[in-house]
Amino acid sequence: MSDDITPRPALGKPTIVPPPKGFTGSRFMTTKLEDAIGLARKNSIWPLPFATSCCGIEFMATMASNYDLARFGMERLSFSPRQSDLLMVMGTIAKKMAPVLRDVYTQMAEPKWVLSVGACASSGGIFDTYSVLQGIDRVIPVDVYVPGCPPRPEQIIDGILKIQELVANEGFRRRYSKDYEHLLKTYKID
Amino acid sequence: MPAPAFALKTDRDQLMIDKLVAAFGDGVVSHERITDMMVITVKKPVIHDVLKFLRNELDFNFLTSMGGMHYPERDSLGLVFHLHSMRNGHRIRLKTETPMRDPVFPTFTDLWPTTNWMEREAWDFFGIQFSGHPNLKRILNMEDFPAFPLRKDYPLEDPTREDKDDSYFGR
Repeated sequence: MSDDITPRPALGKPTIVPPPKGFTGSRFMTTKLEDAIGLARKNSIWPLPFATSCCGIEFMATMASNYDLARFGMERLSFSPRQSDLLMVMGTIAKKMAPVLRDVYTQMAEPKWVLSVGACASSGGIFDTYSVLQGIDRVIPVDVYVPGCPPRPEQIIDGILKIQELVANEGFRRRYSKDYEHLLKTYKID
Repeated sequence: MPAPAFALKTDRDQLMIDKLVAAFGDGVVSHERITDMMVITVKKPVIHDVLKFLRNELDFNFLTSMGGMHYPERDSLGLVFHLHSMRNGHRIRLKTETPMRDPVFPTFTDLWPTTNWMEREAWDFFGIQFSGHPNLKRILNMEDFPAFPLRKDYPLEDPTREDKDDSYFGR
């Protein structure tokens, strides 16, 4: 037993993300709209989990309180592709599933990002066989790949941080650019 | 060692073979006991009648399973049936083959409706056709799949895979 009643530091104190680069004066700040929007987008991503196998189980651990994806502004998973920003593909995608995945991707509104979690989603993994899609990048463009079979939650979080970096630094013009149009055309998505 | 008291007086397998041979003559190609189950091979033209006979006359009321087979060395496709007589607690295996150039069997859905999906599976994976099947289309693979993947001449690994280095696999 101890009589120590000194107050402890408060746990779970919210952190405020640092502001983007800009010019700060007395009671005003100027910055690029692009950066401000990027900051907002980065910290309020709505992911759509497309979990088909064991990587999905790891994702559940990532989502739960121990690893807590909500720390990164991802409190709310969207199970509607219309309202989500990030498609997280976790698990083996059979060739029969490929058109479904493609439909889900095309239903998402721009801007959208794709995170491929695990060996199967990234390359087919151990399933080098006729029935399994050898990597989801054969049907949809992928932004970040997370290796592992399955990856640990820390790796998934690392992949998400990489996605956040992309989201924060993406220019306004990218989704209207010729390059992006060409990228979608290579995947026959219009 | 004396036979246990509950041993069956008659050899059911032999009884069944005798009846089959009596009914179909040389339609029954061969029969042998593998482990504890009788495996009977019959000719293709009588397969439907044999199954009907087994179901109606010899009380094999339950079809446990049906699957396709491929024998590249004999250039033939085949079917294997697992039958179960619920009343007698008796199981048998029935095989039949057809040359590769004529992979057509009559449908068995009139005997056991459950063969509907099994025949679709045999079509999907081995390319065996069933004349008279109500809905013969692929069941597990995607509809526009270009091959029959469980035939032995189909490559095991996905030929479109790019990241595999043969030197890691001793090739």
